[in-house]
Amino acid sequence: MSESIAVISEEIVDEFDMFEDWMDKYDYIISLGKELPLIDEEYKVDDNLIKGCQSRVWLHAEFKDGTVQFTADSDAIITKGIIALMIRALSGQKPEDIINADLTFVDQIGLKEHLSPTRANGLVSMIKQMKFYALAFQSKTA
Amino acid sequence: MTEKTSTGFSVTEIRKQFPVLEREVNGRPLVYMDNGATTHKPKAMTDAITAYYETINSNVHRGVHHLSQLATDAFELTREKLRAHLNAEHSYEVIFTKGTTDSINTIASSFADFVNEGDEIIISTLEHHSNIVPWQMMCARKKATLKVIPMDDRGVLDLEAYASLLSPKTKLVAFNHISNALGIINPVKEMTKMAHEVGAAVLVDGAQSMPHLKVDVRDLDVDFYAISAHKMYGPTGIGALYGKEEWLNKLPPYQGGGEMIATVTFEETTYADLPHKFEAGTPHIEGVIAWAASIDWMNEIGLENITTYEAELLAYGTEALSSVEGLQLYGTGPEKSALFSFNIEGLHPYDVGTLLDQLGIAVRTGHHCTQPLMNRLDVPGTIRASLAVYNTKDEIDQLVAALNRVIPMLR
Repeated sequence: MSESIAVISEEIVDEFDMFEDWMDKYDYIISLGKELPLIDEEYKVDDNLIKGCQSRVWLHAEFKDGTVQFTADSDAIITKGIIALMIRALSGQKPEDIINADLTFVDQIGLKEHLSPTRANGLVSMIKQMKFYALAFQSKTA
Repeated sequence: MTEKTSTGFSVTEIRKQFPVLEREVNGRPLVYMDNGATTHKPKAMTDAITAYYETINSNVHRGVHHLSQLATDAFELTREKLRAHLNAEHSYEVIFTKGTTDSINTIASSFADFVNEGDEIIISTLEHHSNIVPWQMMCARKKATLKVIPMDDRGVLDLEAYASLLSPKTKLVAFNHISNALGIINPVKEMTKMAHEVGAAVLVDGAQSMPHLKVDVRDLDVDFYAISAHKMYGPTGIGALYGKEEWLNKLPPYQGGGEMIATVTFEETTYADLPHKFEAGTPHIEGVIAWAASIDWMNEIGLENITTYEAELLAYGTEALSSVEGLQLYGTGPEKSALFSFNIEGLHPYDVGTLLDQLGIAVRTGHHCTQPLMNRLDVPGTIRASLAVYNTKDEIDQLVAALNRVIPMLR
């Protein structure tokens, strides 16, 4: 069984606390982006593009064994790193947990305030889309 | 930091007039290189806004009272200053608008009366969406055809192709004086002459040229010239449209209401004379009045001095950026302003821009509202460092140093 979203969020906050300088935090985000497993090419289509991102972001979701599995990709590496964080927190979780997740770590690590408004909007769209998938899977199984 | 230019004015002294340039961003001194989007404002301009509200705040053109007269005088003084700045023949050929986009839309709407099915409008590959979409809308409404002047790989418009596009069916040609995405300066006078030879009118988007060049609308012989205050050290939300008297008299008003009428009955309305025919509603009084302070400020430095100094920055920056590994510069034509549009091989412009911001350097990334141009260059966007008269060679060095720091991080 995977860790809860709250536990993963805490882990992420602890990891970011280790860095004093925001350039170091970006370095870490970039390394996460480089490690992110890519979305299957067949899912890298316009229908999977998230609206609101200045760079292109593809998000795919599958429902397996009662949990939602997310994969994603972006043409920008920092965006990819941010997606990696979101996937780490939300992929493999039950739909209702995703829907109810408050994702306070986004604010706690200062991600939102350090992103330009266009990127912050993209982040908001990304979270919205992930929750939307969870809602869709939940209503299918209800 | 002290930088003296070959023109003799002190950039250090100029920078002191911009309090915002003293601030820090992410713990580092701000290096502002997004002047193509908007310039910062000299204290003379912001003081003029305060002075307006503290001394003469009143509506214009209507009141019989003292303050209204003072506000009207100040408002009309800006029109006269703009006339002189543009070398227009009459001050009533200067119409106040919300900005360049509004100026272009005004003509695209009013000029439609002179366009019929099968007629043609010509624009260029270099255009901002503001100088594409209004013409597309007009062409759709009038069943006219939109044609596009191609460019070469340096961003230089193909004038032979332009000549072949021109015909008696061409009713209007619209293009920018300086490309906001590449900084290329277009040969306005030559292109206007070519359009006039087939009887077409010419509208020039001057949003990017006004802070950098001396513009003489009579010498250029353009029919319409659209400008924004905020790109020339003035307030946001205000701009102007220059139009030749002959055209402005022929064109119907764009909007109705307020001071743009002569008489109104429920049966019929007759319109006011120029310029009021095109100025419906209460204008951006504060913006218009404060804009005069920006114009005075620019004239005090001298437009020729500004052009000369910025050419120095362009030459210095082009050389400095060429040392950055993997940097590809777009817009390499011989006539250009101090603007660097580039990408770093293998890196996304947003990633580079985000990290530059962390280092206090403000650049623009993305398609710069010129998606067709980006498609032509086959890139999703570029990183754009657009300079103004307060920028320095030292700041260009900081940009280069920052690029050399962030590129290895992203690779």
